[in-house]
Amino acid sequence: MRSFQKKLPEFDARRIRVVAISVDSPRENDHLRKIAGYSFLFLSDEKAQVIRKWDLLHPHAGMAGADVARPAEFLLDSTETVRWVALTDDYLVRARPEQVLQAFDAINPRN
Amino acid sequence: MKRSWNPRLWAGFALVIVGILSYPTFFIRFPATRDFPWANLLLLALAAYLLAAGLRRAFRRPQEYRGKVTGTILASLSVLLVGFFFEQIFYVSRQVPASLGAPRAGQIAPDFALTDTSGASVTLSTLLNSPFGTNDWPPKGDPRDKTAAAVLIFYRGYW
Repeated sequence: MRSFQKKLPEFDARRIRVVAISVDSPRENDHLRKIAGYSFLFLSDEKAQVIRKWDLLHPHAGMAGADVARPAEFLLDSTETVRWVALTDDYLVRARPEQVLQAFDAINPRN
Repeated sequence: MKRSWNPRLWAGFALVIVGILSYPTFFIRFPATRDFPWANLLLLALAAYLLAAGLRRAFRRPQEYRGKVTGTILASLSVLLVGFFFEQIFYVSRQVPASLGAPRAGQIAPDFALTDTSGASVTLSTLLNSPFGTNDWPPKGDPRDKTAAAVLIFYRGYW
């Protein structure tokens, strides 16, 4: 997440909206954005309904056995079509912003 | 004869603690030291060397150095702690569901409505159809300046 914040100007330049999604509540997200200095959008899926529907649920993997999302990154184009997906098999290894930018540039070659 | 203190044992044990705790508190912040914990492995290798050197002194020259008992206790404790750390970073972190049903490239993403930090509901189509000024939310900008794409980052959460 920190690395995405650092590269945010490059996402801005390409008009790519960066969105973070977790089971944390809006209040917790608000707090995190303030203390960590994240300026992009954070969305709450407290009941993990969307996370479940997208088959990204990692049952009992959170604090005190709560259901959380497994890490995953999706690049969608403006027609809501998925263009690129990263599903890690190790939650310590996440997609880096450079990979997302590269995937976007491969789909949208700049003249 | 008074036996001298065996600082290598204590330094080694302290380095085990530092080598483990520096991962979740510091090295996890940088992809280069998070994806593979080589920085922590280096610290732990140095810790193992110090502990081994301290133990060797304690057992080979017990008239000169202290540490046969404390050294054994510190070394066993270190083995347990490092074992737990390795289990977390090399085994537990890899127990991630396969998510075979997750949307794939080429598919239309299922729409959703989720709550932003101000309590407002945001749908996927609003996200992609709102004017794009910068990544600040709520969006400000020229309505003609369309959003080109969105990257959704699902994560485990912090609390």
